[in-house]
Amino acid sequence: MKSAWLILGASSAIARAFARRVAASGADILLVARDGEDANTLAADFVLRGSPSCKAIGFDGDVAAAFRDFAQGAVPNVFLAFGSMPAQSEIDADPAALAQTLDVNFASPVALLHRLMPVLEAAPGGAIVALGSVAGDRGRLKNYVYGAAKAGLHAYLQGLRARGVRSGVQVVTVKPGFVDTAMTWGLPGMFLVAAPDAIAASCLAAVAKKRDTIYAPFFWWGIMTIIRHIPERIFKKLNI
Amino acid sequence: MSVRWKNSTLAGWGRFAATHARVARPERQSELDRVLSDTSASLIARGAGKAYGDAAQNGAANVANMQRLDRLLAFDAATGVLECEAGVTFRTLLDAFVPKGFVPPVSPGTAFATVGGALAADVHGKNHDRHGSFGDHVLWFDLLCADGQTRRVSPDSHSDLFAATIGGMGLTGIVRRLAFRLLPGTGHVRVETQRIADLDAFFAAFEAARANATFSVGWIDALARGAKLGRGVFETAEFAPAASVAPVAKTLPIPLDLPPFALSRLSVGAFNEFYWRRAPAQKRASSRPLDAFFYPLDRLADWNRLYGKRGFFQFQSVVPDATAFAATRKMLEAVSAAGTASFLAVLKTLGGPGRGLLSFPLRGVTLALDVPNAPGATALMAELERLALEAGGRIYLAKDALQAPASLRAGYPHLAAFEETLLRWDPQRRFASDLSRRLRIGEATP
Ligand SMILES: Cc1cc2nc3c(=O)[nH]c(=O)nc-3n(C[C@H](O)[C@H](O)[C@H](O)COP(=O)(O)OP(=O)(O)OC[C@H]3O[C@@H](n4cnc5c(N)ncnc54)[C@H](O)[C@@H]3O)c2cc1C
Ligand SMILES: NC(=O)c1ccc[n+]([C@@H]2O[C@H](COP(=O)([O-])OP(=O)(O)OC[C@H]3O[C@@H](n4cnc5c(N)ncnc54)[C@H](OP(=O)(O)O)[C@@H]3O)[C@@H](O)[C@H]2O)c1
Repeated sequence: MKSAWLILGASSAIARAFARRVAASGADILLVARDGEDANTLAADFVLRGSPSCKAIGFDGDVAAAFRDFAQGAVPNVFLAFGSMPAQSEIDADPAALAQTLDVNFASPVALLHRLMPVLEAAPGGAIVALGSVAGDRGRLKNYVYGAAKAGLHAYLQGLRARGVRSGVQVVTVKPGFVDTAMTWGLPGMFLVAAPDAIAASCLAAVAKKRDTIYAPFFWWGIMTIIRHIPERIFKKLNI
Repeated sequence: MSVRWKNSTLAGWGRFAATHARVARPERQSELDRVLSDTSASLIARGAGKAYGDAAQNGAANVANMQRLDRLLAFDAATGVLECEAGVTFRTLLDAFVPKGFVPPVSPGTAFATVGGALAADVHGKNHDRHGSFGDHVLWFDLLCADGQTRRVSPDSHSDLFAATIGGMGLTGIVRRLAFRLLPGTGHVRVETQRIADLDAFFAAFEAARANATFSVGWIDALARGAKLGRGVFETAEFAPAASVAPVAKTLPIPLDLPPFALSRLSVGAFNEFYWRRAPAQKRASSRPLDAFFYPLDRLADWNRLYGKRGFFQFQSVVPDATAFAATRKMLEAVSAAGTASFLAVLKTLGGPGRGLLSFPLRGVTLALDVPNAPGATALMAELERLALEAGGRIYLAKDALQAPASLRAGYPHLAAFEETLLRWDPQRRFASDLSRRLRIGEATP
């Protein structure tokens, strides 16, 4: 049966790369983005790259209901891409920025996925692929609010996965390292920066291989294993 | 939202004369407007950075990387007209449209190049006699101008900007979107390959192919001397259904999977000899996937690194038919006498002028060859430039890193008209590049 993908945060460069891959495989795509003009541009692109049907909507309406209607007759799948990573200093200076970071990276994704899960459960066989972050593996001086939000998202996805095992919905947690997108462009201290399409390819491979959690690219598993094992009494003094 | 600039060191494909600049990389159209208004210093667009020289860099100022504005917007299968953003690559065109039976009307030798870069350099392919250059297929484009306005530019609307932007190396503004015609075609070509003994035979082969072959290209052993001068391999090609010709056991891909051996005269000479000997003495046909035919070098990623940290130059000139033979002979003599380690040189015929004031093509013969940046290289480049200009030719701006401002002026008779257009649309010179400064474009004293 054919697939339908809901792309949450379609303007993300990783989402664009991912959607292009599912478009080329012939899936229908419903885009959700704040920037309607950009989303319409993306929809045209995905159609020309092979998606038989692609539409864009905003976050304001009932996204779950819209997707249920859009995905009639197809297996529904969700790609969660939106997120934002303000500088820690900005968060320290502005309580609104703190609240926003928690909302965009944790509260909103959880609320949305919770409304969407029944749509996927009603037509089992689909997947939820959600972009977390290596930053959620350990709280760091340089971005612990963003990291905490992503850690919360990871925990939520674990529970959702357990539920999905029972109802036929696969849940994949993707923890990217540094990716070459607007989020990291021009930031100091970037290394081993991956292309968005490499992350997209890893995401699809994870779905195909029924993986639960992946690091993308894979070598971040090694880096994060080391980082997670540094004793707290040392880690707390590190300037990372 | 404010624009985030990245401090970067940029060079062209030849990796010579890198400079530092601030680079913005808009991910959507609305961000591009902010890029221009965020700075009062000059700006230049950069596509995939495949121009060999300094066209897409702007030292101590700003660069707009266009690679993320890469969306396909609309396609009409009845007319073949495609609308897309400027950062779309030729790779995408092949992937998305060959299955629909369409191919890019003109393609440069690398699929990584963007269509914005192709418009700005008015690139030519192996089918110039038949199909002209990229600009010949452009219907309109949306240009972000120095005043911050975006204008839809076509031969009928702002025709002066149309003529200045095609081949204008980004100096009139930033192409955001464009519409151009794709041509019907398939994913395979039937290639006829033939060994050529010398330059006379080459020119004869081109003359015969010009009138009827869709694609033609010659590879010359630039190190051969004396009676062997100008020997090489000649290919013509036509679109073919995938399986119409059985691929011969040994097809002849261009020299690709080379070990990165030291580029000495000896090793390159040996390689060129080997390449020549592999080609069939008699004409032989084989089927080749379109991308292997268009982009033989793409299979070797970052092959420009073969030339080491000092980089290399690519010389490319076009010389009018009347003087082409004599001039090509002199240029090849200069190259083989200098003995620099030049790989195969490329010889092609071009059919006529482009639509841009600074379009490279004219009816004649174009020669392109790599010159590693070693002692003597700039002297050889200057000699080749002199020979081309003396024969009434010109140097290709997409390859150029060294030519003198006077050579540009002599080779491009419409330069003054181009500069007048710049003065009209961009009196403050908001758009500038290392190339425009090196060649003093717009600085002529009236
Ligand atoms: C292996 C190889 C083979 C090649 N073969 C050929 C060939 O067969 N024929 C040929 O003609 N050329 C050839 N070229 C040259 C290449 O096609 C041109 O330099 C082309 O312009 C590269 O496109 P780009 O996207 O990389 O542009 P860049 O190199 O990034 O930029 C080139 C110029 O285009 C301008 N530009 C880029 N995008 C825009 C935009 N959106 N708006 C306004 N200006 C813009 C830049 O300012 C710059 O002046 C080859 C290059 C390589 C590396
Ligand atoms: N880039 C990295 O190095 C990296 C590393 C690890 C994890 N990630 C994660 O990967 C995901 C994708 O990010 P990216 O790298 O592709 O960055 P991006 O291009 O900046 O994409 C982020 C997307 O999130 C959307 N967004 C931000 N705030 C929003 C809000 N309040 N409401 C709705 N949408 C909002 C943005 O929409 P607008 O277009 O409307 O602004 C944008 O489309 C994010 O979850 C990020 O945390 C990225």
